[in-house]
Amino acid sequence: MKYLVCISRTPETTAKIAFTDGNTQFDKNGVQYILNPYDEWYALVRALELKEAGGGTVTVINVGTAENDAVIRKALAIGADDAVRIDTDPKSAMNVAKQISEYVKSNPHDIILCGKETIDYNSGEVGGMIAEFLDIPFVSYGEHLDIEGSSATVKRDIEGGSQTVKVNLPAVISAAKGMAEQRIPNMRGIMMAKRKPLNIVPAVPFEDAATVIGYTLPEGKSAVKMIDPENMDELVRLLQEEAKVL
Amino acid sequence: MVLVFAESKNGQFKKATFEAVTYGKQTADILGVECHAIVIGSADNPAHLGQYGASKVHHINNNALDHFSSQSYTAAIAKAAEIIGASTVIVNHSSTGKSLVGRLAVKMNAGSVAGANHLPEIKDGVFTVKKNVFSGKAIAEYKISSKNRVLSLMGNTLKPEVTGSDAPVEIVDLPVGESKLQVISTDLQQGTVAPLPEAELVVSAGRGMKGPENWGIIEDLANVLGATTACSRPVADTGWRPHHEHVGQTGVAIRPNLYIAAGISGAIQHLAGVNSSKCIVVINKDSEAPFFKAATYGVCADLFDVVPKLTEAIKKAKA
Repeated sequence: MKYLVCISRTPETTAKIAFTDGNTQFDKNGVQYILNPYDEWYALVRALELKEAGGGTVTVINVGTAENDAVIRKALAIGADDAVRIDTDPKSAMNVAKQISEYVKSNPHDIILCGKETIDYNSGEVGGMIAEFLDIPFVSYGEHLDIEGSSATVKRDIEGGSQTVKVNLPAVISAAKGMAEQRIPNMRGIMMAKRKPLNIVPAVPFEDAATVIGYTLPEGKSAVKMIDPENMDELVRLLQEEAKVL
Repeated sequence: MVLVFAESKNGQFKKATFEAVTYGKQTADILGVECHAIVIGSADNPAHLGQYGASKVHHINNNALDHFSSQSYTAAIAKAAEIIGASTVIVNHSSTGKSLVGRLAVKMNAGSVAGANHLPEIKDGVFTVKKNVFSGKAIAEYKISSKNRVLSLMGNTLKPEVTGSDAPVEIVDLPVGESKLQVISTDLQQGTVAPLPEAELVVSAGRGMKGPENWGIIEDLANVLGATTACSRPVADTGWRPHHEHVGQTGVAIRPNLYIAAGISGAIQHLAGVNSSKCIVVINKDSEAPFFKAATYGVCADLFDVVPKLTEAIKKAKA
């Protein structure tokens, strides 16, 4: 079984969010970067567990510049066998999906895993886009994944509950909380990661159809209004008349 | 033309569906075109979507589409859009819509924005639309330069608005390929309150509750409001509450009108999942709790004392 795990590099959760160049570029100054948690904790770790149980290989793939090599090495330290980086600076989800699907067309994999979304752009579109480029099934928000023969069983989150579906492989599956538990790389993993292959692949030409033209910060919340704990009638009145939410 | 995919569950349209049709109609007005809706599978009274602004409803009722599969639904919606000449397709940013938005964009060779939460604008002839990014810590404005566009609409972006009357319904017969996906089972929680991602009112509690046996006061408050209950991550991780109640960065991200948080300190990962709520009430006995900084209203006191009092005050106001 060949597993391909799509990984992204994102600003760390507590990073200060600011913009430069007339609010058109994310301000990278002083920002720490991490592997996108959904890709790392759930997609990658579940691929490793399935490989450990049933054999196969786990390749991680990233679309980005050499800036991303550190987080790619982290994925190798956690246990991926090898890595591919498609060398371009993508400005849209569709470019990422296009590059990955072109790679898969010439390097077929049975299961393509990704996190449910990245914590920066929160779109969750790449998985479905890869699936459509390859014309294969896509199951989103998997919280449990098992492989049997040439099919995968996925339990996925839906509004107000969950649904279990079975899909023919190859397929794309996006991973949410519950699919696996975070693994911390150990010293041996970190040492081995340095010798594992990281293949740099040139990108195919792509023209973006949807791109960010500017950013704004949310309007600052007005200062909290403290309410006397003995006067809950006042809170209810404010919720009705001022906030108009009741 | 604008085409809205009108989601239904067990034949019923959800509130979010009426929001999407309303948004579709307003988008169509901005573009100076008509708004149509497409319904897939069984649905009671599809003509009703006309009241929210669809001038026509296309209904595909094909057995092969009884169960949702992103692949076959994408093929059906894209084909319908092509036939009727719709270049803008709108879906909900729901578990179904999120599985469709990217696929549809590729199929239709369209630029897409997932989780749009403002109406689009035309600026110097260019279609632009905004969405939240960085878990609600910023808003990004996207331009879509392609002829076709696909948007998924974040829940609670606008209120459903009845502006018209029932629309004509046309039954569409589309050939659909065999699905490579099979639904084994679906488990839905019982109850009448809205699931968390769709809820307008949410009552949430954290470690300050001291133990699962104390949740009665939270449920009482939720019941009197008709609200959905939620919890913080440590509470779900220790098994005090079920995992589907966990709101925050790794759990469910919500944007209700009212979010009441009792005994939750407000870690940044929790805020990332709730900071798009319209109004936040924080009840905590620790005046230093970081959550107060993100709150609209704060009550600094023992929640075991305040929550029942708030429940009584709401009962009184509703009487």
